[in-house]
Amino acid sequence: MKGIKKNLVIASLLVFALAALFLFYKMGSNWEFALRLRGVKVAAILVVSCCVAYSSVAFQTLTNNRILTPSIMGFESVYLLLQTVIVFIYGDQTFKVLNSLDNFLLSVVCMIGFAFLLYILIYKKGKDNLYLLLLVGIILGTLFNSLSSFMQLLIDPNDYFIVQGKMFATFNKINRDLLWPSALLMAALLVFGFRLTKYLDVLALGRDQAINLGVNYNRVVKIFLVIIAVLVSVSTALVGPITFLGLLVTNLTYELFKTHKHKVIIAACCLVTAITLLSGQFVMERVLSLSIPVSAIINLIGGLYFMYLLLRVRKL
Amino acid sequence: MRTLVLTLILIVFSVISLFVGVADITVADILQWDAEKMSLITISRIPRTVALILAGVGMSISGVIMQQMTQNKFVSPTTAGTLEAAKMGLLIFLIFVPTAGSGLRMLSAFLFTFAASLIFLGIVRKIRYRNVVFVPLVGLMFGGIIGSISTFFAVRLNIVQDTNAWMMGDFSGILQGRYELIYLSLPAIAITYLYANKFTVIGMGEDFSRNLGLNYKAIMNVGLFCVSLTVSSVVITAGAIPFLGLIVPNVVSLMFGDNLKKTLPLVALSGAIFLLVCDIVGRIVIYPYEIPIGVTVSIIGAVIFLILILRKR
Repeated sequence: MKGIKKNLVIASLLVFALAALFLFYKMGSNWEFALRLRGVKVAAILVVSCCVAYSSVAFQTLTNNRILTPSIMGFESVYLLLQTVIVFIYGDQTFKVLNSLDNFLLSVVCMIGFAFLLYILIYKKGKDNLYLLLLVGIILGTLFNSLSSFMQLLIDPNDYFIVQGKMFATFNKINRDLLWPSALLMAALLVFGFRLTKYLDVLALGRDQAINLGVNYNRVVKIFLVIIAVLVSVSTALVGPITFLGLLVTNLTYELFKTHKHKVIIAACCLVTAITLLSGQFVMERVLSLSIPVSAIINLIGGLYFMYLLLRVRKL
Repeated sequence: MRTLVLTLILIVFSVISLFVGVADITVADILQWDAEKMSLITISRIPRTVALILAGVGMSISGVIMQQMTQNKFVSPTTAGTLEAAKMGLLIFLIFVPTAGSGLRMLSAFLFTFAASLIFLGIVRKIRYRNVVFVPLVGLMFGGIIGSISTFFAVRLNIVQDTNAWMMGDFSGILQGRYELIYLSLPAIAITYLYANKFTVIGMGEDFSRNLGLNYKAIMNVGLFCVSLTVSSVVITAGAIPFLGLIVPNVVSLMFGDNLKKTLPLVALSGAIFLLVCDIVGRIVIYPYEIPIGVTVSIIGAVIFLILILRKR
């Protein structure tokens, strides 16, 4: 336990140091402008980190494995389909017709609506198999993906860049108006969700054990699914899809913090995610000055790490 | 008997497929041997119909083999990363050897699909004792990861929209001289039929098939070879066709059981019919334009698949 506390302290210090480095590195003369611009990025990174960390850890515990992430359930396909439809209809007028706050709210509503429809569809039918829920989500996701790629074929290549900009998460063009609503939503859910972490410790033992220990399994799982849906929607609508970030950071966290107490793991995972995103963004933007969105890199690294996990681990 | 009925249906739809299109061709034109219209038929309509049939047969049979090899009804080229691997093969080759002909590109797609199927089989071995639905979930994650690697390169080269366009299953570009690679799936289909009994046994598990005196590894390799050859030849001529390998085998096995020697022809015929119908629908709905078959198959396929899994369990 002592080692874990030490690691937590080190991780928090690292987050502070990286945030400071990100904010103050080569500031130039117009520091007020630079600080405002960078402050938005750091704040967005922190919000996204907490969303991704909580949703991924909880999701992996619910599904009892370490190789899935909640975004595969179809959230990102819904988001991309919505963005494609908007650009398909309005073309280069998109930004005039729909301001980013409306777009944000619309995306969140669509994703959450999709998740609720999915849950109701499965649970109404009396089928409480979680894997089945995921499979149906993925199948719908594949359907949405083909619809969006069909529309993307018809979109003018110039307008297509608007869609392509939405396909990859970036922290470079975040609207300040969006930060407040998303941060508030995230904070409210985290406060609520953090009090439920004790259930996660029990759920991690498996469905039968949890029921045996007196947990109202279906109810608790539903509550967590709702929290996860809202968190994933907020983070996706704020910056865009980063599919494999959750996979990468949860596994890193379990490697670094050898514990199964969810309170610790979730807190640690928030820190690890923030460190990953801050350092990734810093390296991409300032050191390499590359124009590739940081999420493309993270998906690449996360993907390779996933392959390594699959090939190394003896049993899944 | 069933085979006969399905064959007749297939012939009917093939004939319909020959006569659906922007240029108005009637049976009278063929009887009078109208030179212009006949050349249209031989250059465009016949290749398209043949490609549709071969792709339908190939993709649905690949689905069957993959389901037997993994002993899981939910595995198919869509849910095992096979299609994504073929795409990556095409993309990588295009980046490093931009001038290569389609034969070489297909070879690269073949090698990538083969490697990806090998890795996926390795993964499935590790998760044997899990929930049935878990295997396709992992397969889809696996596909997503291969996809994200290709996307990374595509973003760097600014060809995301183009790669999407190639991968969209679409038969409207099929013309004489540009689709012949799909004939490479014929030997794979023939081998599958010859080995049908052995694939049936393999579906009962490794220990069981060894016990029956089967060379398990060799048969698995034959299966991998057939699947990779078929999938890569279909992807390079027409693009990705999702769901086909998933739905057709499942519907057939629900109705007629799992003896492959008997059901394989049924699977092949129904696959071809399904694809022909989807293509004809896509050609008619917004006539004179077309909806790519990738979209029609996705919509029809997703609905059928959802009905299947929500009803069955």
